[in-house]
Amino acid sequence: MALVLNEEQRLLQDTAREFLDSNAPVAALRKLRDAQDPLGYAPDLWQQMTELGWASIILPEAFGGLEFGFMGLGVVMEETGRTLTASPLLASAVVGASAILLGGTAAQKETLLPAVAGGELTTALALEESHHHRPHQIATTLENQGGEFLLNGRKTFVLDGHSADKLVVVARSSGGTNDREGLTLLLVDREAPGVAVTRTIMADSRNTSNMTFEQVTVHAAAIIGEVGAGWSILEPVLDRGRVAIAAEMMGLSLEAFERTVAYLKEREQFGALIGSFQALQHRAAQMQAEIELCRSVLLQTLSAVDETPEQLPMLASLAKTKLNELVKLVTNEAVQMHGGIGVTDELEIGFFLKRARVAVQIFGDTGFHKDRYATLCGY
Amino acid sequence: MSAALRRETLQQDLDQFRTAVRQWMEANCPESQRQAITPEEQFWGGRRGEFASADAKLWYERMRDQGWIAPEWPKEYGGGGLTDQHARIIKDEMKRINARAPVYGIGIWMLGPAILEYGNEQQKQQHIRAIINAETRWAQGYSEPGAGSDLASLQCKAEDKGDHFLVNGSKIWTTAADKCDWIFCLVRTDFTVKKQEGISFLLIDMDNPGISTTPIGLISGESEFCQTFFDNVKVPKENLVGELNKGWSVAKALLVHERKLMAEMGSDSPRKIVVPNEAAHKYLEFENGKIADAQLRSDLIDYNMQMHAIALTHFRTFEEKTNGIRSAAPLVMKYLGTEAEKTKSELLLAIMGTQGLGWEGDSFTPEELDTLRLWAMSKAMTIAGGSSEIQLNVIAKSILELPQS
Ligand SMILES: Cc1cc2nc3c(=O)[nH]c(=O)nc-3n(C[C@H](O)[C@H](O)[C@H](O)COP(=O)(O)OP(=O)(O)OC[C@H]3O[C@@H](n4cnc5c(N)ncnc54)[C@H](O)[C@@H]3O)c2cc1C
Repeated sequence: MALVLNEEQRLLQDTAREFLDSNAPVAALRKLRDAQDPLGYAPDLWQQMTELGWASIILPEAFGGLEFGFMGLGVVMEETGRTLTASPLLASAVVGASAILLGGTAAQKETLLPAVAGGELTTALALEESHHHRPHQIATTLENQGGEFLLNGRKTFVLDGHSADKLVVVARSSGGTNDREGLTLLLVDREAPGVAVTRTIMADSRNTSNMTFEQVTVHAAAIIGEVGAGWSILEPVLDRGRVAIAAEMMGLSLEAFERTVAYLKEREQFGALIGSFQALQHRAAQMQAEIELCRSVLLQTLSAVDETPEQLPMLASLAKTKLNELVKLVTNEAVQMHGGIGVTDELEIGFFLKRARVAVQIFGDTGFHKDRYATLCGY
Repeated sequence: MSAALRRETLQQDLDQFRTAVRQWMEANCPESQRQAITPEEQFWGGRRGEFASADAKLWYERMRDQGWIAPEWPKEYGGGGLTDQHARIIKDEMKRINARAPVYGIGIWMLGPAILEYGNEQQKQQHIRAIINAETRWAQGYSEPGAGSDLASLQCKAEDKGDHFLVNGSKIWTTAADKCDWIFCLVRTDFTVKKQEGISFLLIDMDNPGISTTPIGLISGESEFCQTFFDNVKVPKENLVGELNKGWSVAKALLVHERKLMAEMGSDSPRKIVVPNEAAHKYLEFENGKIADAQLRSDLIDYNMQMHAIALTHFRTFEEKTNGIRSAAPLVMKYLGTEAEKTKSELLLAIMGTQGLGWEGDSFTPEELDTLRLWAMSKAMTIAGGSSEIQLNVIAKSILELPQS
């Protein structure tokens, strides 16, 4: 297990920071928002990101990947959190790609993964059906019609769903609404007949969508893994998504925190810099302490993906909980410590606040992960 | 040799060392020394130190002869001469078989490292060896009635009398001073300069005439600490550690060790303690495999997650240290670790309900009584060694570099 970055990972981090600072600062997200950009991300930026290899970081060399592992992915995700960069990195290159990598047939992997790695194809996971993360509470149905399948149902909060070429849909092929057994993962083209996608405009100006599937015909070749055994693929895929979003949340927290500490050293009231007030110093110091804990948890969880996957479920829930709490604390304090200017749209802090709230809901809020952690511990 | 090859050789060396340590522990640690220890069984050394059993003595002697009482201290003073990584392996392997610490004391934990860094050759020969040989038990004379968090304002004075210093004043909260042989003291040697610049670090034999101690009772019912009085105490000049009036640097270096020790107390407790998870299974109702009381379940999860994160951060600081990486983590650990200890104690009381509130008598198990006493003791953890508020001040100042008023 590694709790420090190696040379290669540090280099990757420097490159990522430099690239994002000059090509995709928070101002870029503001521009996309204000222009009501229909795609919600800049395709040429995504093209550059894939040229840097970011879409293929976690993929094996055999499929055109860099094979840098999750420690490598983590540093890039963290940097995209600092700049709030909108891109299909998480939805397509981490979550969608992991579903295919962990559960797909040889043919699916060979045709789809190199395309994902090269950025020619994007994927998205169509999972959620309610306003809370309930990964096995699935009502969308998949009926076997003698060799072919029919898909019916509705999905919500699909990250990058409106722009993805291929959807990885979680559907129920048997069992009751809340069973882990009987789930099936399958690939559906976003443009297939019977698929209707509506983009949802969210607080963070990033991309999610609602979608319906009405009598969508699915061929057997589009099933990922075995019919009814989707949970065993879905759970590790979600854990990978959780640690990736946790890394983004780490970067987001660090950036909001550093900007706040800088403000404490620059704003004067009562004839003194506000950073000299102990009430603010102590709250800043407490955030620093939480940041240190989150850093260790995050690194351990990232390295568990590749080195000790048996520990991943517990660590992923620990990481998501800790980062959910951190990101909330830091963004709230960032607004408060900036005073009036903190609640203006002009200051970028508001963008961090809003992204933080959406990120908290992605792949499980605090209550979900605390419950999961305790259940795994036997209480 | 390439870096990768060097790493590999080092790893092989560490693996071999681990195997050897494991075999040695198996062969040499008596069965009776592989169980959780009670406060009465701890061996603190010193002139009045007594072993609780023949096995305890044997275990101590074997570890001493091996050089593993202080594995990372230099060999010439009785240490093991080992690297941090090797020392860590010894610690891990002791933990693996639940081996007791053969000897306790702030000589090993705090004073030794400071003397090794600041002491002269004669002091190292005399005191380091005596600490390892458990011949001396040390007390810490920092705080005074008027100088707590603001330690540098201390007034206990040492006057230069030619061949010796004459010490007058008092120290307070001196842990176990009534049982110690020696005390290391911060004393004022110059009243005319900035407060930090007139302090010196003295080693004082408590058998000296003019020293007396009065125990102070605590809320835990114990009287762990004392007020220690100095009335015209003569201290030889050679007992000055570091330079005259430069004691503040020694004091601060020692505090780093003290804080590290306190930060790790929770995750590395020497005593037999009740663990919240086990207490939950014993004292709480479960429904469908979950603790029925939603509030307690949530509190228990928060505590366990915090401890999980703290443990990982201890590992991280160790890895960073061995890789020569500087980070902010060590400076936040005293605050986090001691606050978590308090949280744990409160949680245990809540889980045990009225069974956790017994003071004495047969209506309560020894563990229950101990839990309450430890709860009372836990309140001291965020005060001693620099309070939580002081830790936050330090983080604000030295990590965040916030302006000082
Ligand atoms: C169990 C235990 C063992 C000890 N053992 C020893 C020992 O062996 N030897 C020894 O020398 N000392 C020992 N001490 C003393 C310990 O170091 C002091 O208690 C500690 O430094 C605090 O000083 P004080 O008690 O005078 O509290 P004070 O300094 O009076 O503090 C009172 C309150 O004010 C707060 N405060 C003070 N200054 C500030 C500030 N600048 N900003 C914000 N808040 C502030 C504190 O955090 C605290 O909450 C021990 C203490 C305990 C509890």
